[in-house]
Amino acid sequence: MASQDRQNMRSPLARAIGLGSAKEGVGPWWAERVSAVALVPLTLWFAASIIAHTGSDYATFIVWLRTPLGAILMILLLIALFYHTALGLQVVIEDYVHSGTKFAAVIAARLGCYALAAAGVVATLRIALSG
Amino acid sequence: MPSTTTTRPRPLSPNIQIYRPQLTSVLSILNRISGVFLSVCAVVLVVWLVAAASGPQAYAAVQAAIGSSIGRIVLFGATFAFFLHLCGGIRHLIWDTVHGFELRSIYISGWVVVVASMVLTVAAWVISASMGG
Repeated sequence: MASQDRQNMRSPLARAIGLGSAKEGVGPWWAERVSAVALVPLTLWFAASIIAHTGSDYATFIVWLRTPLGAILMILLLIALFYHTALGLQVVIEDYVHSGTKFAAVIAARLGCYALAAAGVVATLRIALSG
Repeated sequence: MPSTTTTRPRPLSPNIQIYRPQLTSVLSILNRISGVFLSVCAVVLVVWLVAAASGPQAYAAVQAAIGSSIGRIVLFGATFAFFLHLCGGIRHLIWDTVHGFELRSIYISGWVVVVASMVLTVAAWVISASMGG
């Protein structure tokens, strides 16, 4: 490798630009931070709401999720949560899975997160919008 | 000139079986483990929402599962995992602003994460119990 570099007379930077993590690694890294910042208030709101609803019956719970604020925050929570989960699981998979199953696992985790987010959003909308 | 680069033995990564656990390394892996565990909990959240959207019977069934003794133990673990990942995540976000990297600061913030997660977990369950759970 080193002798090849001397022959090419290309600097290490010239070889690195546009390749591997130097090209697009910053994107997912930043997205994980942005979703993390969003999740701080959203998860705390969710935890506080669940604690406040301890022992509540079905009707009370539905009324909570039917308020515009409740429905909006729940949908935002689901989107940020599964976006963050997909990014986090991808990093874990990439660190520990090195065989050909790595890509399959990353794709499965990502698609699974999108499907779960969609299911959660639809369920929330159904509760919020049903008469 | 012939290539004379001799292969020296390279330093190896610490072997986790013999490496003494430190607060820093333990919190690092716990942040990851809690994240994976919370991913599973997120599936339960969706199941719970879909059940609630399906009707009172389905909701009651999921509530019964969560309210069972095993469900409560898992929920307690989920509460701790949540607060650990939350506090650990905030610690990471502070690091991302290039603050708190001195060894002393790292250990102080590490112990703050441990104590805060425990206190918040207990507080959440005490308040929840006082609400009639």
